[in-house]
Amino acid sequence: MAYDAPQIKELILEILPGAEVQVQDMRGDGSQFAAQVISTEFIGKNRVQQHQIVYKALKGKIGGELHALSLQTSAPE
Amino acid sequence: MTNPLHERIKNDVTSNDIVLYMKGDAMFPQCGFSATVIEILNYFKVDYKTHNVLQDKNLRDGIKEYSDWPTIPQLYVKGEFLGGCDIVREMAANGELIAHFESVGIEPKE
Repeated sequence: MAYDAPQIKELILEILPGAEVQVQDMRGDGSQFAAQVISTEFIGKNRVQQHQIVYKALKGKIGGELHALSLQTSAPE
Repeated sequence: MTNPLHERIKNDVTSNDIVLYMKGDAMFPQCGFSATVIEILNYFKVDYKTHNVLQDKNLRDGIKEYSDWPTIPQLYVKGEFLGGCDIVREMAANGELIAHFESVGIEPKE
């Protein structure tokens, strides 16, 4: 089933409560999303580890591959 | 409990300075994300080795397990998994990538 941007945001927030999450549907058809995630959980973790956390939240839920998601993560300033 | 494929990957990424697991090859990337990483590596004029995961299903699955990372391309520098397209692009844009290459002794070729 197709996911939309608010559902992806929900999935990320389930695993990272309190995170600042922005998800955009880049083409408006659910085929390409861009997400920006800022979370205190990311403090002390490198980018690979940060992305892995988000990928786990979405595992198997938006297509077999998460290719449709462009991701930017950071810890709060 | 060693996985022969993981051993092969480990050996490959540690014996080559820069290794990119991608779809297609450097001449003809077969996916936009792989093409982006190739463009970045070419821009910084560094030597790299590529593997086309489209020609090897085992490698395509194995590399994802090896790094616990669900997508291709995957860039390895001196044995370390640096990231996929999003991370490499971000690091290239903010100067981290070139600084990382310098810090591990990788120089642009002439």
